[in-house]
Amino acid sequence: MNASQSSRHRRVGDTPVIKWLLIGIAVAVALALLIVPLLVIFVEALGAGWGTLADNLTDQYTLHAIGLTLFVAALTVPLNLVFGTALAWLVTRFRFPGRKLLITLIDIPFAVSPVVAGLLYLLLYGRNGWVGSWLADYDMQLMFSWPGIVMVTVFVTCPFVARELIPLMQQQGSEEEEAGVVLGASGWRIFRTITLPNIKWALIYGVVLTNARAVGEFGAVSVVSGNIRGQTNTLPLHVELLYQDYNIVGAFASASLLAGIAVFTLAVKGFVEWRQTRTLNRLQTEETA
Amino acid sequence: MTITVDGISKRFGKFQALNNVSLDIPEGKLTALLGPSGSGKTTLLRIIAGLESADSGQIAFSGQDVTKLHVRDRNIGFVFQHYALFRHMTVAQNIAFGLDSLPRKQRPPKAEIQKRVNELLEMIQLPHLANRFPAQLSGGQKQRVALARSIATRPKILLLDEPFGALDAKVRKDLRRWLRNLHDEFHFTSIFVTHDQEEALELSDQVVVMSQGNVEQVNEPTELYARPDSRFVFDFLGQVNVLSGEVQHSRLNQGNAWVTVPGIEHQGNAQLYLRPHEVRLATAPVAHANLPLRIEAVSLIGSEVRVELRPEGWASEGSDNIWEVGISHAEFNQQRPTRGDLRYAVPEIGHLFTDKDTQPATVNWAEAESLPRVRLIN
Repeated sequence: MNASQSSRHRRVGDTPVIKWLLIGIAVAVALALLIVPLLVIFVEALGAGWGTLADNLTDQYTLHAIGLTLFVAALTVPLNLVFGTALAWLVTRFRFPGRKLLITLIDIPFAVSPVVAGLLYLLLYGRNGWVGSWLADYDMQLMFSWPGIVMVTVFVTCPFVARELIPLMQQQGSEEEEAGVVLGASGWRIFRTITLPNIKWALIYGVVLTNARAVGEFGAVSVVSGNIRGQTNTLPLHVELLYQDYNIVGAFASASLLAGIAVFTLAVKGFVEWRQTRTLNRLQTEETA
Repeated sequence: MTITVDGISKRFGKFQALNNVSLDIPEGKLTALLGPSGSGKTTLLRIIAGLESADSGQIAFSGQDVTKLHVRDRNIGFVFQHYALFRHMTVAQNIAFGLDSLPRKQRPPKAEIQKRVNELLEMIQLPHLANRFPAQLSGGQKQRVALARSIATRPKILLLDEPFGALDAKVRKDLRRWLRNLHDEFHFTSIFVTHDQEEALELSDQVVVMSQGNVEQVNEPTELYARPDSRFVFDFLGQVNVLSGEVQHSRLNQGNAWVTVPGIEHQGNAQLYLRPHEVRLATAPVAHANLPLRIEAVSLIGSEVRVELRPEGWASEGSDNIWEVGISHAEFNQQRPTRGDLRYAVPEIGHLFTDKDTQPATVNWAEAESLPRVRLIN
């Protein structure tokens, strides 16, 4: 009788033992791999008090690393915003031979290890590389200076915006834009008043991800930057340098800054997602009302 | 504004969407492009609008070549199948979009745009929804907003792509009537695409039947229904019963079924096409036909009773092997046909296709029961 009673309230696969076991494993893994390490960063950084943290962060080289990292992100994000939007527009609004191939190629930076990407840039644009040697004749140096760092960061982060936009723009189709053209709107007006509002939140999401990656990129940047303290050292590279110098507190102080940026990014991402679902839900409830 | 389509061809990869199509759309008339999916009707509409370019051929509005003119400058109204309302704009903003997009010199002042939008909202009977967003509207409301938006700039030409395709039957009927009135009031030259023959016949002044990138026939709805030019048009426009057989000595035979076709000289294969309302049902064979059928189903819904019958001792053309006959409710009450009964179909008017003629010959047995004869149309 008990069995028949409980089976009335239970769906297939909804066994309490399995359910709580899975929840337990998930929580344990999240704690061990994600939450505890994150907390350790802040605990270690603050271990010697706020004063030491402030001292470490206002260290001349750390300040330079922060500045360079923000500078690289400030160049990378707008570049990839424009590039990603243009690319998404191209592959969703036009039909041309090689379109499918292009969509696949967008993912290359995800598929290739960042270190390999850095090496490729070094080989191509370095002083002995094909392009680099030619540029050297004009006294231009890309590698081991900030342009190189920006270049590899752009490469590593270029799929984020396009990847967010393509599925959305595919799903929305081009009918609204066609309606705009028929009604006599110029291309710029169509983009500004029809396309942009429709993709706004996906675009913001893409930018948030791009920014997070641009700030945190290590592998590719470490190959092309040359790790020159006070010149080409970004924050993630600086963390490694400090750590190798046995300046553990300093390393954790810089790391806590990166982790802080990550937490902030997640908060923004959560807000954007919440905004999107809220708009959807509101529209749906009003539709049924 | 007349629309002239001259030798338009369009190919998508290996698929020939339009094959040298020429067409005259008269001014102020409502023309239907009717055809099954893949017949090229939507492609033709989009080429007329300028949303698609043709591989060859010309489009002219009132004799003026617009083939190279950008869609933006053609000043046409276009209603999309799925409305394509701007989802981030209110109903009022949607309707105002065309006016707001006019070049600064032609753009009316803000107050006038507002006035015009209000007039249009009145016209579509939705002034209370001016500040709603498209997602908050029903299908029928969306379609009316789309129509209002498309005519806000007072275009001379209105093109509609399957305008009622996504709506349910009741709303569709209302909107059809409403579109007809709108058209009569504003005197657009309108073209609408549909795959619904009833819609095409009911709503339009002229029907263009299309199939596989070709125009099959152009005519007024009544004429088109009464005198289809080809087997395709016959099959496509309404239910049809077919007796396919061999003509020998003025008699079309197949199995144990036969129909006399007086006056015909043709010998060999032929098909007789009969509309459901051109056939009577009798309990015994008559002098000019022997078409035994057994009743499969009787449907009483509608203004006439629809009887489905299965050929007995012969076969109908088509995969379902079913004949459909419409009888009046009075007849039904008299005869009381029930499932399983044997009946004999008595053709009154038929359309005979032979191998050598592309157009059918109309046979009228009822006109003079004693002296039937073959009459060729055209």
